[in-house]
Amino acid sequence: MSFPWANDYKPTNPLMQWVDQRLPLPRFVYNAVGAGYPVPRNLNYMWNFGILAGFALVLQIVTGVVLAMHYAANDKVAFDSVEHIMRDVNWGWMLRYAHANGASMFFIVVYTHIFRGFFYSSYKAPREMIWLLGVVIFLLMMATAFMGYVLPWGQMSFWGAKVITGLFSAIPLVGPPLQEWLLGGFAPDNAALNRFFSLHFLLPFVILGVIILHVWALHIPGSSNPTGVEVKQESDTVPFHPYYTAKDGFGLGIFLMLYCALVFFAPNLLGHPDNYIPANPLSTPAHIVPEWYFWPFYAILRAFTSDFMFIPAKLMGVLAMFSAILVWFFLPWLDTSPVRSGHYRPMFRKFFYLLVVDVLVLGYCGGAPAAEPFVMISQIASMYYFLHFLVILPIVSSIETPQPLPFSITEAVLGKDESATLSPATPAIA
Amino acid sequence: MVRLFGPLVGLFFAVALLWSFGNGAYNAVTQPTPPTAEALFHMHPKEVKFSFDSAFGTFDKAQLQRGFKVYQEVCSNCHSLKQVAFRDLGQLGYKEAEVKAIAKNWGNKAQTFDPKTGDRGERANLPSDHFPPVYYAGQGVPPDLSLIAKARHGGAQYIHSLLTGYTDQVGYKNEAGEELLKKFPDAKTPDGLYFNPYFANLNLAMPAPLASDGQVTYSDGTQATVDQMAMDVSAFLTWTAEPKLDKRKQTGWPVLGFLLAATVLAYLAKRNVWADKH
Amino acid sequence: MTGATNGEGVRRRDFINIAAVSFAGVGGLAALYPLISQMAPSADVLAESSTEIDISAIAPGQAIKAVWRKQPVFIRNLTPQEISAADKVDVASLRDPQTLEQRTTAGKTNWLITMGVCTHLGCVPLGAGEGEVKGEFGGYFCPCHGSVYDTAARIRKGPAPKNLEVPPHEFSSDTVVKIG
Repeated sequence: MSFPWANDYKPTNPLMQWVDQRLPLPRFVYNAVGAGYPVPRNLNYMWNFGILAGFALVLQIVTGVVLAMHYAANDKVAFDSVEHIMRDVNWGWMLRYAHANGASMFFIVVYTHIFRGFFYSSYKAPREMIWLLGVVIFLLMMATAFMGYVLPWGQMSFWGAKVITGLFSAIPLVGPPLQEWLLGGFAPDNAALNRFFSLHFLLPFVILGVIILHVWALHIPGSSNPTGVEVKQESDTVPFHPYYTAKDGFGLGIFLMLYCALVFFAPNLLGHPDNYIPANPLSTPAHIVPEWYFWPFYAILRAFTSDFMFIPAKLMGVLAMFSAILVWFFLPWLDTSPVRSGHYRPMFRKFFYLLVVDVLVLGYCGGAPAAEPFVMISQIASMYYFLHFLVILPIVSSIETPQPLPFSITEAVLGKDESATLSPATPAIA
Repeated sequence: MVRLFGPLVGLFFAVALLWSFGNGAYNAVTQPTPPTAEALFHMHPKEVKFSFDSAFGTFDKAQLQRGFKVYQEVCSNCHSLKQVAFRDLGQLGYKEAEVKAIAKNWGNKAQTFDPKTGDRGERANLPSDHFPPVYYAGQGVPPDLSLIAKARHGGAQYIHSLLTGYTDQVGYKNEAGEELLKKFPDAKTPDGLYFNPYFANLNLAMPAPLASDGQVTYSDGTQATVDQMAMDVSAFLTWTAEPKLDKRKQTGWPVLGFLLAATVLAYLAKRNVWADKH
Repeated sequence: MTGATNGEGVRRRDFINIAAVSFAGVGGLAALYPLISQMAPSADVLAESSTEIDISAIAPGQAIKAVWRKQPVFIRNLTPQEISAADKVDVASLRDPQTLEQRTTAGKTNWLITMGVCTHLGCVPLGAGEGEVKGEFGGYFCPCHGSVYDTAARIRKGPAPKNLEVPPHEFSSDTVVKIG
């Protein structure tokens, strides 16, 4: 679907006409991210992060495919093969640092993208499917990143693999055999390393596929926008190209500068020193932590320190950690306010900022040693996390009085909209 | 449905967390965890400056050569350097013939194995060989040093502090003025270990390797004080861990410069495009 | 894309837009360089570029296969008959005209050192191993496509375009040859 005023693809070049009649791929691109896609004219820089996330994925696939040409997925030589890349392969050091820090940049971008969605309620009808696919992408990303971190076969790789697959052992009855099945052994070993490599290579392409669905679903209703008021007329939109290609180009420049600053000047800032120690199954590092992008969820996992009723603490932690992400699937039905944008929802807005602080606190506690006061802080913060999504959002959306919305996007941008006086005022949200 | 069960699930987790919190708080009050000797007496690395610290910093090749000499004469008796090849020493400024001679005269020989006869033997190292393994039968497990500067918090500063940080445990006080053995009489260093407050658990199996000034004779005339030797070998081990450090920074600046120019242009182009829409 | 009517302004704007797109193009091309060059031989592969071989045990008429750069090298101790057979050939009639003397070290013409790689498509010719077929010219015979080499490892028959390549080598002593 598209808006009736969308530009039509009219190739003037005879070659392009020939192609268009036989395989209308250029037309498809034109309508997807070209001049044929009308986009709300008021998108702010928070709307750059979708394209940036796509760029980060491509970056990871390109550097990853190249690294796989030199990496050896065998527990005896994996660590050395990474060092071979760092020392002997032409530009290998840069490619590996680009891939490792690319993962961090990917998560920075995706977290921003997700929190943009929280604030502007991008998950609300008619965009639920975009949101659900987005959560699926995030889950796949977490799995991919985790398995990628195992590949260098350092101490953190090994113990990360052991602890994360250990999560599954918390499941009653089937847990322990499930963990053995996942690892292909009793502890991470060559079998685990090989399958993680295989899946780490496969999953990014699965992510790419889900991203195509995500963007397809996006093009049905079109992009949301900071007012949350749906597009009504041609003056509410601008063509994606050149307006948003130009804006995204600028955003990409900023992204690349941050990224290259990390790669060239602080490549190990976000990594952990222990992963430069070869895996040793007989000695656990003093302070094991996952990569920073898992810290908030790791804090939730560790927050459950006492058995609750008949449920062991270990199982509670695992349930809570997975629930912390699964709860996002239900967001479109938990937040029932008819208003989308946080700009017009004073009460929601305060809780949103509290959630941001809460997740940052959880992240900090997740990276800290499992000791007081961090455990108690993460217990309080985890409590807020669940209450926010499951209790506060439904209540707020039913008791809050939203502020008045602009009549249209045009009015929001230009301060006036002639068509508003011509047609009787209609509710902003259909 | 979601709005009925959602809050119930939320409250379930909240109550479980409250339960954990309550238990934790109760335990914290009734059985507070006593501070450990490590927590109170472990020292952070000394703040020392290296030539490669800043974003513009590069390795000092003369220092790396001195550091290599310290590694060769002191560390290499127990510690291997297996990720590094002799040919890499060319990056420290050694000529090809010098690298060849270093490889050939290296104490530990390369291992050979004849698959036909099953005979194991030795041969002199070649520049293309990696540093040979080192077997150590004594107490402790001397780690391979190739990546040690990246495998420890504090990197070169940590190595320098560790090498110069050995001290007498008796009468040792931390910055707060507390005396270790008065506060923790049980923390006395066990036999066969050596006290060093820069080491994570305060005692390690390695005796002070740099015991006295002049232990290594530098060919460039630099005074071989313990501190100097520790600095040099720390710099050398930073190089072994990150041999591409210089190239990385040399590549980084032009890349960032180019990206800055491209981003400014992208911003101006974006303003052009949007000029008629605001 | 611009609503400006001022020609000067339009030109300046176009210039910036073109410059921005050009920068993106140049940056993209520059990023290709490491992605391509990573496939070239790495430092450790390049470092293994010379090998020393003990030739004391090779009797006249015998040959051994050594390995240099992961490829076979034939080291052959020619008999006087083989040398004279090679010298008798009219060089001008050869596909790749070379004398035995040009292919060996002066004073050590009995040591024929060549790559064991057929110049046709890279198979390993027969003739160096014990009991292997040497072909009708007494040198080497490649079973893949039937190239036949003579006692100076020169191509005499079959599809190969060149003589077997002589790798750079020098004698460190009478019994040790260094290849590479």
